[in-house]
Amino acid sequence: MVRHYFVLAVKVLLRRKFFTFISLFGISFTLLVLTVVAAFFDHAFGPGQEEPRQNRTLYAERTLMHGPHSTSGSSGGFKLFDQYARDLPGLERLSLHENGHTVHTYLDGRKISSSLKRTDDEYWRILEFRFVEGTSFGTADVAEARFVAVINVATRDRIFGGQPALGQTFEADGQRFRVIGVVENVSSLRTVPYADIWVPYTTAKTDAFKREITGDWNAMALAKDTASMAAIHEEFNSRLLRVELPDPKEYKALVAPFETRLATFAREMPLTDRKDPESQVWRFVGLLTLLGLLFVLVPAVNLVNINISRIMERASEIGVRKAFGAPARTLVGQFLVENILLTLIGGAVGFVLSIFVLQAITDSGLFTYARFTINLRVFGWGMAFAVLFGLISGVYPAWRMSRLNPVQALKGGSR
Amino acid sequence: MIQLNEIEKVYRTDRIETVALADVNLTVAEGEFISVMGPSGCGKSTLLNLMGLLDAPTKGTVQINGSPIANYSDRAMAALRNRDIGFIFQVFHLVTDLSVLDNVQIPLLYRRMSNADRRKHAEAALDRVGLSARMHHFPSQLSGGQQQRVAIARAIVGKPRILLADEPTGNLDSQMGDEIMNILATLNREDRTTIVMVTHDQQKAALTSRIVRLFDGRQVN
Repeated sequence: MVRHYFVLAVKVLLRRKFFTFISLFGISFTLLVLTVVAAFFDHAFGPGQEEPRQNRTLYAERTLMHGPHSTSGSSGGFKLFDQYARDLPGLERLSLHENGHTVHTYLDGRKISSSLKRTDDEYWRILEFRFVEGTSFGTADVAEARFVAVINVATRDRIFGGQPALGQTFEADGQRFRVIGVVENVSSLRTVPYADIWVPYTTAKTDAFKREITGDWNAMALAKDTASMAAIHEEFNSRLLRVELPDPKEYKALVAPFETRLATFAREMPLTDRKDPESQVWRFVGLLTLLGLLFVLVPAVNLVNINISRIMERASEIGVRKAFGAPARTLVGQFLVENILLTLIGGAVGFVLSIFVLQAITDSGLFTYARFTINLRVFGWGMAFAVLFGLISGVYPAWRMSRLNPVQALKGGSR
Repeated sequence: MIQLNEIEKVYRTDRIETVALADVNLTVAEGEFISVMGPSGCGKSTLLNLMGLLDAPTKGTVQINGSPIANYSDRAMAALRNRDIGFIFQVFHLVTDLSVLDNVQIPLLYRRMSNADRRKHAEAALDRVGLSARMHHFPSQLSGGQQQRVAIARAIVGKPRILLADEPTGNLDSQMGDEIMNILATLNREDRTTIVMVTHDQQKAALTSRIVRLFDGRQVN
């Protein structure tokens, strides 16, 4: 039976080459876009090499002060997290780290720009870097403000010409650091682990940052378990009410939630109410899903139309099958097999195309150090999209066809 | 075998009502070979469609093997058609994308049967109509008479007790028509297959055991 359907499906597809081409083009292009988008999301938000414990990690990256007349958004200040987040219940580790900023190294008349991030020692315990040389800085390095640095492979290549860098020194923004570790490059889309150079935060030229409620700092909280995440979030929010705001006349409230990476991203999207961080993820995911569905729906409706006319051309065959005892459900099954076969072929083509497109985006260097790949999860998404597409575009025509009166179907076939 | 009681079939559109059949009473006994005759549009094909459960009457009852089919579900009617009824059409209605062998197997797809058994039955049916040598051809590679023989093989592959043939020789020249009539007569004689055949051809009708005549949707005798 399946062999019979398969043979017929292939024959029908080959018989109408132009129709098949148009269908395959629509399907593969749609799936290409969806797969590339899925790969982007996977790359930016999925569990990655450096963030293996992301499922129990919360981030406080964006704060918002708002009052009756104005709103101000920025990162948090060191004091905000140092004073109010250290002893949150359910916390296993807390890391404070600065936003990366560009520093310059002058070497043989060349100016080398790098992204430098000042962090604490906990940063290296929550994240999981791949060291190719040496190791990270520890508690004593930070406490004693040692001028040590971890650099990535790209920086080693630029400053040390790819030679082993351990123990070597280099200058960045007028400060001289000794290299104690070299790590693999981290994609710029993974904003927390990404940098070229990491140094202890205590090496900063001034400690004015220690008195700031808003500023240039981010906090990363590793919860003891996933169940503790809500408590961390709630407790910090309630502590925010006690925070003394820098300009109490202008600003009345501070929003600085510990939240997932996706939630932070969602809150920054247009059309969202950034003052209410609670509902944003669902709204954002809902919006994305809706957009995704609309994106799939347009070619699916098109395919439905093509399918209906294609099926009506086969009215005679449907009439014969019904006359010889094919139940409606079996006929629906036959046409779904045909359609899913078509979409799977389209899916496979789209999949191969997306490998090339992702490689081209990677090669373009548009996103620093980002290497887009299709992993098994993205492959799963692609297959799910293909089957969903096949079902959406196949069910309705198949159902309509199965409802055809056999006498009418046979007449349609004889015209 | 087949019993039609006070059958009426009316086609309704928004404005017009067309009476296709009225007050038809007909019993076809097991093993009979009857022909239905009458001018175009007199309701012959409609009558055949009602007997084949492809359409439902507006009034009256259709009984197959003594049981009225009015209350049958779509699935039950499909099963009954599959088991007991074979169809032969004037325009053959072969699936052009499938080989002769695959075409003949169609009715068996809706039965629980292994692929090997399906193939064996289909080969036997093709053998009976003398087309064993053409089983891997496609319908477009065959003459009209050969195509109709494939259609007969498809109709008999499931060994139905009833064959319904709607002008099976209508599209064929007289020699090919005679061949088809021979096959039908053999099936009726050797297998005791009950056959109802719609025809315009008085000569062909004369070869059957009984002629039912229709005029304007009514039986005339």
